[in-house]
Amino acid sequence: MSRRPWYQEYLKGLWEENPIFRMLLGMCPTLAVTTSALNGLSMGLATTFVLTSTSLVVSIIRKLVPGQVRIATFTVIIATFVTVADLFLKAKFPAISKALGPYVPLIVVNCFILGRQEVFASKNPTGRSILDALGVGSGFIFALTLLGSIRELLGSGEVFGHEVIPGWHPWVVMILPAGAFLTLGFLVAAMNAIERTK
Amino acid sequence: MSVSARMMLVLTVVGVFSGLSLVYMDKYAEPYIALHKKEAVREAIDKVLPGVDKVEEVHRDETVIYRALDSSGKLLGYAFLAEGPGYQGKIQLMVGVAPDLRRLTGMEVLESVETPGLGAKITESSFEEQFRGLEAVPAVGYVKAGRKPAPNEITAITGATISSASVVRIVNEGLNEVRRVVRAGPPDCETEATIKWKGGKK
Repeated sequence: MSRRPWYQEYLKGLWEENPIFRMLLGMCPTLAVTTSALNGLSMGLATTFVLTSTSLVVSIIRKLVPGQVRIATFTVIIATFVTVADLFLKAKFPAISKALGPYVPLIVVNCFILGRQEVFASKNPTGRSILDALGVGSGFIFALTLLGSIRELLGSGEVFGHEVIPGWHPWVVMILPAGAFLTLGFLVAAMNAIERTK
Repeated sequence: MSVSARMMLVLTVVGVFSGLSLVYMDKYAEPYIALHKKEAVREAIDKVLPGVDKVEEVHRDETVIYRALDSSGKLLGYAFLAEGPGYQGKIQLMVGVAPDLRRLTGMEVLESVETPGLGAKITESSFEEQFRGLEAVPAVGYVKAGRKPAPNEITAITGATISSASVVRIVNEGLNEVRRVVRAGPPDCETEATIKWKGGKK
């Protein structure tokens, strides 16, 4: 196993292993909830909470869990934290919970959460696992907020509910599913172009 | 320890911990969630029946009707929740109707997943305001944009006739149910709970 400096475990999630722009994982919530910057940010935060909590627990018990039942164990842990996050949002932020709808419970099947457990948390010490989870989570928040901001900007002339372009004629298509695919496609292309110039 | 014993032990322990934390979380969140639901209902009643002071919940069979009283105890009208399918998914409305059940006092969309930019306009006040004071006899109807609506008709949203018609249909279905319940006898005897209500925004 490579012994990278600890801050690398965090930074890699932002760019070279960004779940959305580099690995193209977790596309379902990404495309569905990013109709506004606030929705993207909330979804990113909820997912990061689940990812970090799960990585913490999994890395602590990693030596106790037999390989045959590791997926089942990880899934139960993920599902528990997802339900906690869902109930918390419903209790404290009903408006956000309503906007995100069924996509909070669906964090359970977000593939990169299980992926980080398989690839990282089940093989690494707790500190590094938390850094890794926070890094990937931050990458996810960054990607979702960017996607949501662009769609909200073009779709309604606002970002986070504040008017940015006065008198903008809204492109309704950007709020619709097609807008999600268009924005994501252009962003991934842009990320690839930047990567190539390095 | 054998592998299968360890498998059982680990899964049992993880399951028990998960169950315990969920019970704890549910206990914590439940009162808040119930409160938000009640607040949403109260706010909606306030919008569809302006000037409401006290609300009485009337239960009959599956139907719940809110009797709205003003500060002097006079009956302002009835409010009810109605829901049905829209263009893409469920639409839930709060509708207010005058005591004679012949005139609407307001309508508020609580839940909908209509097309953004088109059907989603049913949640905008320009659409909802059309129901204020609308005649509901024999039933509520709609006309397409550009034509003159009758006193019991609203103007449908351009490009979202199906969403507009769905709202009209849901209002009519709910109204029929309320008429059935109210005419079946004095609803006071079925009152189960009286909600204290200070009027205005919370």
